[in-house]
Amino acid sequence: MNIPKELRYSKNHEWVRVEGEKVIVGIDDYAQSQLGDVVFVELPEIGSIVTCGDSFSVVESVKAVSDIYAPVSGEIIEVNEVLGDTPECINEDPYGQGWIVVIQLKDASEVNNLMDSAAYQTMLEEGENS
Amino acid sequence: MAWSYLPHTDMERRSMLDAIGVDSVNSLFEDIPEKVRINKPLNLPHALSEQELAKEMRKMASANANLQDNLCFLGAGAYDHYIPSVVNHVIHRSEFYTAYTQYQPEISQGYLQALWEYQSMICEITGMDVANASMYDGGTAVTEAAMMACAVSNRKEIIMAQTVHPHYQEIFKTYAVDREYTLKNVNFANGIMDIAHLEEVVSKSTGAVIIQSPNFFGSIEDIKKIAEIAHAQGAYLIAVVDPISLGILASPGSLGADIVVGEGQSMGIPISFGGPYLGFFAATEKLMRKMPGRIIGQTTDQEGKRGFVLTLQAREQHIRRDKATSNICSNEALCALSAAVYLAAVGKEGYRQVATQCLQKAQYAYGELTKLAGCEKVFTVPFFKEFVIRLTKPVAEVNAFLLGEGIIGGQDLGKYYPNMKDCVLLCVTEKRSKADIDKLVSRMGAIL
Amino acid sequence: MKNCKSLIFEISKPGRLALDLPPCDVPDCAIDSLIPSQFLRNSPAELPEVSQLDLMRHYTKLSNRNFGVDSGFYPLGSCTMKYNPKVNEDIAQYAGFAEIHPLQDAKTVQGALELLYNTEQYLTEIAGMDAVTMQPVAGSHGELTGLKIIRAYHRAKGEARTKVIVPDSAHGTNPASATVCGLETVEIKSNEDGSINLDILRGVVGEDTAALMLTNPSTLGLFENQIEEIAKIVHDAGGLLYYDGANTNAIMGIVRPGDMGFDVVHFNLHKTFSTPHGGGGPGAGPIGVKKELIPFLPIPVVTFDGNQFGLDENRPQSIGKIHSFYGNFGIIVRAYAYIRSMGPDGLRQVSEDAVLNANYCLSQLKEVYYAPFDRFCMHECVVTAKKQKPYGIKTLDIAKRLLDYGYHPPTIYFPMIVEEAMMIEPTETESKETLDQFIDAMKAIAQEATMNPEIILNAPQHMAVRRLDETAAARKPIVKWKV
Repeated sequence: MNIPKELRYSKNHEWVRVEGEKVIVGIDDYAQSQLGDVVFVELPEIGSIVTCGDSFSVVESVKAVSDIYAPVSGEIIEVNEVLGDTPECINEDPYGQGWIVVIQLKDASEVNNLMDSAAYQTMLEEGENS
Repeated sequence: MAWSYLPHTDMERRSMLDAIGVDSVNSLFEDIPEKVRINKPLNLPHALSEQELAKEMRKMASANANLQDNLCFLGAGAYDHYIPSVVNHVIHRSEFYTAYTQYQPEISQGYLQALWEYQSMICEITGMDVANASMYDGGTAVTEAAMMACAVSNRKEIIMAQTVHPHYQEIFKTYAVDREYTLKNVNFANGIMDIAHLEEVVSKSTGAVIIQSPNFFGSIEDIKKIAEIAHAQGAYLIAVVDPISLGILASPGSLGADIVVGEGQSMGIPISFGGPYLGFFAATEKLMRKMPGRIIGQTTDQEGKRGFVLTLQAREQHIRRDKATSNICSNEALCALSAAVYLAAVGKEGYRQVATQCLQKAQYAYGELTKLAGCEKVFTVPFFKEFVIRLTKPVAEVNAFLLGEGIIGGQDLGKYYPNMKDCVLLCVTEKRSKADIDKLVSRMGAIL
Repeated sequence: MKNCKSLIFEISKPGRLALDLPPCDVPDCAIDSLIPSQFLRNSPAELPEVSQLDLMRHYTKLSNRNFGVDSGFYPLGSCTMKYNPKVNEDIAQYAGFAEIHPLQDAKTVQGALELLYNTEQYLTEIAGMDAVTMQPVAGSHGELTGLKIIRAYHRAKGEARTKVIVPDSAHGTNPASATVCGLETVEIKSNEDGSINLDILRGVVGEDTAALMLTNPSTLGLFENQIEEIAKIVHDAGGLLYYDGANTNAIMGIVRPGDMGFDVVHFNLHKTFSTPHGGGGPGAGPIGVKKELIPFLPIPVVTFDGNQFGLDENRPQSIGKIHSFYGNFGIIVRAYAYIRSMGPDGLRQVSEDAVLNANYCLSQLKEVYYAPFDRFCMHECVVTAKKQKPYGIKTLDIAKRLLDYGYHPPTIYFPMIVEEAMMIEPTETESKETLDQFIDAMKAIAQEATMNPEIILNAPQHMAVRRLDETAAARKPIVKWKV
């Protein structure tokens, strides 16, 4: 399982890359492998306001579907339109080409509530053992 | 009892129980608490042999006045069109009708392809991009369309023409009450939607405008104009159509409809006291992933061969559960197959001809009836196969007389529209000959 | 497209006809004199043009690429793929049933109304309820109707109950129906054997509980023996009990939902009462209710005054209309004929044999497949591919290999709470020889898994197509024919 060190993670398996007042959000390697081949991503509208924990997007595979929850609060300022034509980016490059949205942070400190890679790794391992 | 449906001999039952390792079949039911068991035979009539059954059922059937023995001029949502022989022969191939949903595509290619062809034909006649593989019936398809429009528009108001089939309006109300949808009706004038009234009620809170054309009175609505009015407010336009009429009428897709639904019974499905029927459902590509029901898609197998599968399943209840677009699971697949065979049987030219004959014959009947002293024109707008006339006598009395003459008369509109007492909705399909129509006219002349 | 069955559009030739229409014998008017040209089609719809023989061969070929109960063993769990009696097909086509208009005067359809009325009575007796409506046309339609009735009942009592409790082993339609009814689903975790965890149930019921939806026998094919306690917990909280009747084939004449404490029950006539599944429908999903719920049944209600049958629409507390007319009458005719053919003893024998067949399969298969529950099952059994997993074989692969052996696979990956599940429902209409042959095939596949797993992974080899690319189909959907 690829868990890049420089990213933050939510318990719902979203990742966050902090860039100043903005964060890039996607789903992580674990989530994409659980879903299987992604066939469609329902993207939110630019300008919509999300609160931490809100579902803002839906990712579908052939036999499963998963809500994507906002890991932080803020405004959606960019969406990855590329996923419309090539949803497989989420499987092939979840931390790069497969990003989903960019959120302008409402409260930059909210990022601190997310797990770092070590904590996230531990959560995944505990999940497997339970 | 019908042992012919149960293959086991007592000896076989014995040997199977031995293999399981129990003395009696009762042991297999040991999980059922004694207290809730029913320890006496069900109070049902005794079993019948096939021969006895057929005899009894014939007797029951003969207590109904059927459309083989009587001339039918009744429509109002269920129609007496001709069903080509091939339809029944195809749908009674048991590889089709004794199968279930195509969960295992490799063993269901025949049905999947047939349904994909059905979807293609529905798209073609309605002028839409995508159709599903069927809904329960016309009325529930209208409601599913309304629910989908509310979901995608994020609005909770539906505007429905009063000229939509009253039963369809009622079904929507049944569903709406628990979903907190509001329904606004638009009045009619001269048998079609009152456009000025629509402009008054439609607003930015309207999720969809629902129009039927030909409408419940048989009149043709101006779908294009109504679509423009709906779209100006960001509302979807749902068109409810008679598929037979599309042999000559412009497709609702070409007139701006976003969702097209309707009753498909006219396409090769017996009238059968109201069911099973076929709800067809088509939409623009933009709405494809929000559609209810099953959708068949084309793909390829490992060797590159064309094949078909159930697709976009992530929309459906078995995966999305409480977030599904709709709860529909079993649909009316065999009726969809009937419709596909029907459309292929009448074909490109026959489809146009059936529609043309309905129009010409309804027109002839209307012309002849309205020459009678006791029949009066009610509307002056164009109609397709149904029309309204006002009688000088109560509709029930006229229909009772007609029945005695072997004619099933039209629908009494007073039942649905209190101010249309003494108005009757008559239907003339391509199945009626000139002689049939002349008989109706002569008998109506005799009673009025 | 290489080596595949032609589409009907591809065999179309301009000018061919599959049906001769009579000439129009009324005076001909110009169409645009009757209907303004802006309402008319500019060019004809591009429907196929085929001869009648072309058409029959096309659909015959398609039928040869399909598999039904008449083709072979079809142990699709939870679907009750039993034999569909042929006489019932004939009966449904009698003109007195197939050619009557739903809006004819009630006096002219007394036979049809009597049939509806009697079927209601029979199902009332079989379910131990107080009344039945035949209107819902599918199981999920029945669920929706039943939940609406439950909601209307609570509303009439001035109670705002909005939560429906559903075990995680339930059919997906249960939560979906709750949503369509504007109710919120509370999913509760089942015990490992699919039974209700009473502590969890006690913890979630309350004054917002509208109903508990339960399938019994459960979706794992096991009877929920705590049913009396469950009913008490839900009723004490003021909620009602909804019975998902998908598995009624196990219990006819043995135990009745009404006696177990259920307030609403739906039947699937296409499962339990032998009406054909039609390739996905039409079916029928009538519901039964207890006395207190009768006022809320959908309209119209079939009535009998001792002399005449009628249709009553004047029911102020009714939830309203749920179908354009009265439900799938043609299907109800077939179910009526089935109940009359079987009689009370026959129906009980059906359930006994269905349960016998499932237990026989289980007893033979558990030697080679993992059986997660070590007890008797009801009319269907669950085994898994756990023992085959070390060889890289999944349930899906076994299902595909069964195709090569000439069987329709069981239901797979359901219920979701059992990993790699295969749910096998043989039904009572299958003989011991058929079961033995199927068991042999399953054992042969288990053997192949250890000796030659490739043959399973590459299955099917003998069908019209090999495994299909479902991912491509969903990513770039091709849902209609384009020239």
